[in-house]
Amino acid sequence: MIKHDVVIVGSGLAGMRAALEVCKDLDVAVLSKVYPTRSHSGAAQGGIAASLGNSEPDSWEEHFYDTVKGGDFLNDQDAVEEFVKAAPSVIYELEHLGCVFSRTPNGKIAQRSFGGHSKPRACFSADRTGHAILHALHEQLLKSAKSVKIYSEWYMHSLILDGDRCNGIVVSDIRTGAVEVMQARAVIFATGGYGRVFNITSNAFAGTADGVMSAYRAGIPIEDAEFVQYHPSGLYRQGILFSEAARGEGGYLLNGKGERFMEKYAPSRMELAPRDIVARAEQSEMDAGRGVDGKDIIHLDLRHLGKARIMERLPQIRQLGIDFIGVDCITDPLPIQPTAHYSMGGIPVDKFGQVISDAEGTPVKGFFAAGECACVSVHGANRLGTNSLLDAVVFGERAGKVALEYAKTVGHAPVNESHEKTKVLELFEEIFQQDGGECYNDIRNEMKTIMTENCGVFRDADRLKVCIETIQNLRQRYKKGKVTDKGKVFNTEVYEIIELGNMLGMAEVIATAALARNESRGGHHRTDFPKRDDQNFLKHSLVYLTDDGMEIKYKPVVITKHQPAERTY
Amino acid sequence: MATFRIKRYNPEKQAESYYEEFELDIKHGMTLLDCMNEIKWTLDGSFTYRMSCRSAICGSCAVKANGHSLLACQRQGAHLVKDDDTIVLEPLGNMKPIKDLAVDFKPFWDKIDKINPYLQPNEKAPKEERKQSPEQFRLIDDSSTCIMCGACYSDCNVLEVDDNFLGPAALAKAQRFVQDSRDGKTLERVRDLSKPGGIWDCTHCAECVERCPKPAQPFHRIKEIMTVALDQGVTNNNGARHALSFTKSVKSSGSLNENIIPVESVGIFNIKGLFDLLPVGLRMFFKGKNPPIFHKSIDDVEDVKRIYMELDE
Repeated sequence: MIKHDVVIVGSGLAGMRAALEVCKDLDVAVLSKVYPTRSHSGAAQGGIAASLGNSEPDSWEEHFYDTVKGGDFLNDQDAVEEFVKAAPSVIYELEHLGCVFSRTPNGKIAQRSFGGHSKPRACFSADRTGHAILHALHEQLLKSAKSVKIYSEWYMHSLILDGDRCNGIVVSDIRTGAVEVMQARAVIFATGGYGRVFNITSNAFAGTADGVMSAYRAGIPIEDAEFVQYHPSGLYRQGILFSEAARGEGGYLLNGKGERFMEKYAPSRMELAPRDIVARAEQSEMDAGRGVDGKDIIHLDLRHLGKARIMERLPQIRQLGIDFIGVDCITDPLPIQPTAHYSMGGIPVDKFGQVISDAEGTPVKGFFAAGECACVSVHGANRLGTNSLLDAVVFGERAGKVALEYAKTVGHAPVNESHEKTKVLELFEEIFQQDGGECYNDIRNEMKTIMTENCGVFRDADRLKVCIETIQNLRQRYKKGKVTDKGKVFNTEVYEIIELGNMLGMAEVIATAALARNESRGGHHRTDFPKRDDQNFLKHSLVYLTDDGMEIKYKPVVITKHQPAERTY
Repeated sequence: MATFRIKRYNPEKQAESYYEEFELDIKHGMTLLDCMNEIKWTLDGSFTYRMSCRSAICGSCAVKANGHSLLACQRQGAHLVKDDDTIVLEPLGNMKPIKDLAVDFKPFWDKIDKINPYLQPNEKAPKEERKQSPEQFRLIDDSSTCIMCGACYSDCNVLEVDDNFLGPAALAKAQRFVQDSRDGKTLERVRDLSKPGGIWDCTHCAECVERCPKPAQPFHRIKEIMTVALDQGVTNNNGARHALSFTKSVKSSGSLNENIIPVESVGIFNIKGLFDLLPVGLRMFFKGKNPPIFHKSIDDVEDVKRIYMELDE
């Protein structure tokens, strides 16, 4: 059995930031199924929000209101207030740690405009901000190597809960196939999102809901699973991201007729309306046959920005266009479409990162979560661009702090090693022994297709019912697959199968929560209930796994300063 | 139809690697990584490699295609098909394979660790951000784009013969701190980097520039560190002395004085170093390969001097 004071699962911004807190006093392990610098935080491009006011006067109050309005008033406002107030000091701290930022002429951190933000508030490092922060935090981890042990290319299978207390996790070493129990006084999940359940997504292959689903299987609910963000500028067919910064710098969106169609949908903010609104506008244009060449394509036009500005501010995006679709955005518009991007929902936590198991806020002792896998909820029904990196850093730090304080007060609780280990060994054995006729690749493709088509930008009850039925059917077929590789060393095939199992479970949770929410709010839009319904649905959903299947409960929204108002841009 | 000729290795099955061929129809727009996934998901599930982001930022999927390292997700499959309709895929070089195309990155990360890869400021942090001008930011802009994919490390010609060399990625990472206006350890850094295994062991082949999928381009960064080292007066080493002697010789005569450069490189007061040169010198002499004793200037030496003058200005 491996023993650490605190174990962190996931090594993106939230995980590494948490580790830097914990390692101040205790021994900490950071476990990742990839090497830490490969984490998907690194793919974030446009920026990280803070009301520094470096290019225009700004205030936390404005950041607060923009975030709540952007989230369609489903955000918990007590948490949002602390979140936006913490932002400036968090950015300064990253800068002090060595993070590379683009600068204003007088040497301050440069800031640009972003969707839904009323002020230029996105601090950035060209168009690779996540990458810059990820590497800066990784540098600090290397510096603290004495008290941080990195387990890279290890996979987390399950959470060890004893009543209301978390005592560790069960893991395996991808390189050797060895299954181990990791005993810990506290566990922090920073396992990211689950965009891979969709066909068109900006997410890395690693975004497969492993963390969220292992909490769910342990009896912890998933909050607000129906709220998935579709980013307006995914590369046509591939779904990979062209940063919103392209619009922040002044890029236009054009339909097949060459019209800047956003003036019909958000006349005051145009291309810089929040993502849910822009993605719906694009989908509406395409559904009405006004896509480029009649296809599901919208044009992102940057030509008028000129070569110099593109090369200075958006160099990576230009290169992505050239490499992935053969289009140079200096001379031609980029073909884009909405792409599943971010999960507003996740493991319910309080504003300190403590995981809670019900609407009353009952804590799961020793279990913490931060970043995309967690739902605080600071993003409500729709996250504003640049608030996710901030979320990961602010709540990564907080989760690290409270986990450290907690772990100092308790010892290691006993864990039944052989029992925990056997469960995971049996899972492997089951997969290896299966000899059915189903093809996992087909199951995965069918899941992704039905999720994008029936549980995407626009949803309705009929389509969601078909979606749920299809997923349930796929879950049955999943039990009749067949694996080719039965070895122990670096068996990526078997891990993909385990991930697929997690994704099928997650897909069903998303669609079920979406079917239950008979309203349209933020990223969740029901064509059969096109209006927001505060009377009945100003509340967070909590999906539980019970012996009789799924159960949905609800939790009130915390409203402090801003009463829900009509949301127009 | 293209033939993928893939180097397979599975230590659980057999000790030696072998090549296996797969036929695949490369559809329009498929990246090399898409092709690899198609092979794995429809032809052979045991085919092993790393991947994650699909957008050339995580650095997981570097492999060798047709003998050179690249990022699989960044290249169109069709562009890599050779005249004989094949694409050859192999694991990265200079690292040991674990299985198929997945290699052991430990030596790569160990070398990153060696360059103290974190900011070391001298002053206490101010209340707000440290100031840095856009020009100062630009000095570290390119090196900070490195995604640690190992493509440069794989194809580095020095690493092939010298395990001790820090390698292009670690040196590019070092430049990111050497030239960061916020860092306070520039002199210490360039001193360390001037030791054996450091900047002066690079042979200037620029293979890493060819292979780098990002603007990080290590060899250019290595040259920048060399410049800082010389500016800081860190010249008491063979590499720096060699560079300076080289420059001096060209400046004064328009060509290389091959009798003097080796002597000045080891240092004219370095008795042991000079003695070490003797056997080579004598062998050259007996084979008639020693350069002329009296070094002559080229005819247009004045033009060369003018170039130096302009550069100095």
